[in-house]
Amino acid sequence: MSNSIREYGYNSKVEGEVIVSTADAVINWVRKNSVWPMPMGLACCAIELMAAGASRFDISRFGMEVMRFSPRQSDCMIVAGTVTYKMAAALRRIYDQMASPKWVVAMGACASTGGMYRSYAVLQGVDRIVPVDIYISGCPPRPEALLDGMICLQEKIASERSLKNLYKKENTSIK
Amino acid sequence: MKTSHFQTLKQQFNSITSRPSTDWEAVNVPSEYLVEFCMHLRSNFAFDMLVDLTAIDLGINESPRFVTIYHFFSSINHNYFRVACECTDTEPPTMISLTNIWPAANWHEREAYDMFGIKFQGHPDLSRILMWQGYPYYPLRKDFPLAGIETDLPGKDVVEETKAKVIPAPLDGGPFHGVQASTVKKREPKGYDESWSEQHPKPLS
Repeated sequence: MSNSIREYGYNSKVEGEVIVSTADAVINWVRKNSVWPMPMGLACCAIELMAAGASRFDISRFGMEVMRFSPRQSDCMIVAGTVTYKMAAALRRIYDQMASPKWVVAMGACASTGGMYRSYAVLQGVDRIVPVDIYISGCPPRPEALLDGMICLQEKIASERSLKNLYKKENTSIK
Repeated sequence: MKTSHFQTLKQQFNSITSRPSTDWEAVNVPSEYLVEFCMHLRSNFAFDMLVDLTAIDLGINESPRFVTIYHFFSSINHNYFRVACECTDTEPPTMISLTNIWPAANWHEREAYDMFGIKFQGHPDLSRILMWQGYPYYPLRKDFPLAGIETDLPGKDVVEETKAKVIPAPLDGGPFHGVQASTVKKREPKGYDESWSEQHPKPLS
């Protein structure tokens, strides 16, 4: 009996086939390399987003090429463009429909701060209605900038305490 | 190619007046003859296309305050014609709808209603087209500040969750807010303050 228990314990001879790690590292590794973005294309930033998905820049090199147009199937909303007040409610509802864990990337000046639209009709930064993880500067940002932002998001995902968050209700309210 | 229709039209509609214009012919038409006049333009002068319909706010103390502008195009004669028509001085200002003559007027009139608050009588569905339903202001009126006025965001569920509001946009030192000044330091947008639409009400001239 005691022998059989010992067999299941840590044995340096099986190092070649067993990887010892933390659950966080494994979960985050899976999450960060299979980001499924939801292209919330609202203005010219969406053109750059499409360029990032096309062959020249090829976002799939970094593991986030599976753009889904349904919030149910995606976990990263890329807000690419000007968010008007009229669109704000729709955007928040789409965000609410996405399954956790989920992240938001504010792509470009308009999504980040309202940009050049200092106007009665434009939401001055999408972080007023959804929690934003990554802000990308530019008007519109080059595809390289988007890729850099998405890689930053991957680093952020990698550093999260995922296991702890599994049992906690996610806080998605705006501070 | 420019031919004047004014004299011919004047014979039938005595109350029209010529309107100064640098390109195509333009006339002022009293609103009670507008529909009749436009029918005449379409039937007898082949202005078969409504290219644009817009409005002007002449100022809050002006009377009449609002004028609607119509741009007609003839796809047969390849010329344009512009008609201006004064709205009533009531609140809301009113105008006759032209949707029965040119269906293209439908959305244009909704836009003029959305931006200026002009009620087009006879319009099949006069609702807002750019701003959301229930927005309380008319943004292109002269007494409306560019930054906007604080009001509620559309979508009650979203407001409950996010506590977000429609707020006046910050205009301090924004892009395209340069000033013609002597030195670069003074020309720098962040050194230039035109915040009357946020903190101070717009001076009414």
